[in-house]
Amino acid sequence: MGDSHFAGIMDITEYIKLVFTDYTLRTITLGTAILGAVTGMLGSFAVLRKQSLLGDAISHAALPGIAIAFLITGAKDSNTLLIGALISGLIGTFWIRGIVTKTHLKSDTALGLILSLFFGFGMLLLTFIQKQPNANQAGLDKYLFGQAATLVESDVWLMAIVTGICLLVMLTFWKEFKILLFDADYTKTLGFNTKLIDILITTFIVLAIVLGLQTVGVVLMSAMLLAPAAAARQWTNSLSTMVFLAAIFGAFSGVFGTAISASQDNLSTGPVIVLVAGVFVVFSFIFSPSRGLLFKQIRFIKNRRDLELHKTLAFMHHIAETHENISHPHTIKLLNNFQGYTRSTLQKLVDKDYVHLNGNMWSLTKTGFEAAANLYTKQSTEDE
Amino acid sequence: MKNESYENIKHSSPSDKTSASARVIAVKVDDLTVAYNYKPVLWDIDLEIPEGVLMAIVGPNGAGKSTLIKSILGILKPIAGSVSIYDKPYEKQRQLVAYVPQKGSVDWDFPTTALDVVMMGTYGSLGWIKRPGQKEKKASLEALEKVGMLAFKSRQISQLSGGQQQRIFLARALVQNASIYFMDEPFQGVDATTEIAIINILKELRKAGKTVIVVHHDLQTVPEYFDWVTFLNVKKIATGPVKDIFNDDNLTKTYGINYKVSIQE
Repeated sequence: MGDSHFAGIMDITEYIKLVFTDYTLRTITLGTAILGAVTGMLGSFAVLRKQSLLGDAISHAALPGIAIAFLITGAKDSNTLLIGALISGLIGTFWIRGIVTKTHLKSDTALGLILSLFFGFGMLLLTFIQKQPNANQAGLDKYLFGQAATLVESDVWLMAIVTGICLLVMLTFWKEFKILLFDADYTKTLGFNTKLIDILITTFIVLAIVLGLQTVGVVLMSAMLLAPAAAARQWTNSLSTMVFLAAIFGAFSGVFGTAISASQDNLSTGPVIVLVAGVFVVFSFIFSPSRGLLFKQIRFIKNRRDLELHKTLAFMHHIAETHENISHPHTIKLLNNFQGYTRSTLQKLVDKDYVHLNGNMWSLTKTGFEAAANLYTKQSTEDE
Repeated sequence: MKNESYENIKHSSPSDKTSASARVIAVKVDDLTVAYNYKPVLWDIDLEIPEGVLMAIVGPNGAGKSTLIKSILGILKPIAGSVSIYDKPYEKQRQLVAYVPQKGSVDWDFPTTALDVVMMGTYGSLGWIKRPGQKEKKASLEALEKVGMLAFKSRQISQLSGGQQQRIFLARALVQNASIYFMDEPFQGVDATTEIAIINILKELRKAGKTVIVVHHDLQTVPEYFDWVTFLNVKKIATGPVKDIFNDDNLTKTYGINYKVSIQE
């Protein structure tokens, strides 16, 4: 069948119709959507534990497992290979934990070490396999960058079941996950077995990564874990909302990514999905109302303007104070001595009815005088 | 048999409050030794903390003050030694003990609210899986009120000041309704108002018969805040009532330099 089926740019309604009628496209769309949802969900935990790189290490550590599983069974059945990936991914993860707890090495060093060692070993095995006289060997390298087109219904079922179990475990142990993520030491003093909770979370992260290897590949898999979570964090201050949003962002990245790659010729699905997730991240980092760069900058500029205004008012108050009559007019030239003074701040003060203008002279109004006198006291009471 | 119990009663007369031998021992540490690598951080610590004291643990940086608390609470695994709470192993008495970690030990940008953090104090009594309900929420709100943070209950924790974050941690421990409180530098980086608010709460706890153990840095305030003190520098230097043992001799032994305190009367 191949890619020619989806060749050319289709209009959206035609594509949506195709998603529901075309078996291959439906399978791939469903698969990437579920994968995006489960990695987004679990990615939130990884990001909040400051273990963003863990996903990268796990996915790379899975490669030798795939190769060894193939060498042992000689079959290219995806489930067998994924079990190999799971085992070597878990070994890598627990080695990382071991290195961190047993040596002086920091976790980033341990992650980097395991990542490169396992990946190097995996690549070595792959080149070894390619030299074998086994007709079956072609296509193992799809696990490097992923190939969504090879997804079949049973793969999607497997993803759905694992996601379901993961969801169930997460809802059951929500309270335990949350407190461990926030304060592990304190959790221990409450009598919880923190090691058990930790292993539970890590195991599911490994599972989700292994499930995605076929679709997105070893190299890009960690982006699936991190991007939706990083984007979701920007929009909320609640853990449950964050996990939910990350799942939604992940699922949409899968669906949109598949759509884009299916409607354009020869675009491989994994990288496109990751790029779409990246767009979510960039958008969130700029446009989120509370944490986004755009609104932060706007608030920053507004604050500066307010402060300039306050300072100008305070300066005027200083001058007005020297006279018995607080509304005694002074020349505008006087204000040029003050650094923060601009014509527009003066106009704003007039608009607020703090200052009265008369030709080249200004005078403070009674409200303006009082506002200026109360500027600092007001701030200090707001603090507590 | 009868004679013995009579003897006990006679000894524990309430007027004799500062004598450790007559009081119930809340926390007992035996031969505790902790090492991270080769060099021990704590060496052979024996410590008896009587019930109802407000105790400061003082000592220079690296003396093992936080380590002592963490080992008592089972966060760190000691090389040797044992800890008992009211004569039973700590593991069986966890519900009697509450912990206030150093404020800097967690990421305050975690997506959660002040009330949510305080509610975590109820997780221990809830045990696995069971979620907090109305009863736990009510207790948490009360604890927030006690530390003067009720108005901030829905505030994202990163938007709290350092002092407010410390109060949230205190409220989380209060909600545990424990008998013994371990606090790791609760006065670190807080302003004068918060410091007074916190010390008042600690004194209230003592009044209610609780035992409070605090890692403390400001030697000047020890006589004013605490009635019991432990000097620590890898080894235990001294422990006892502030009025008896908080003197230049012990301070010099602990800090190594010729220390002179000026205790204002």
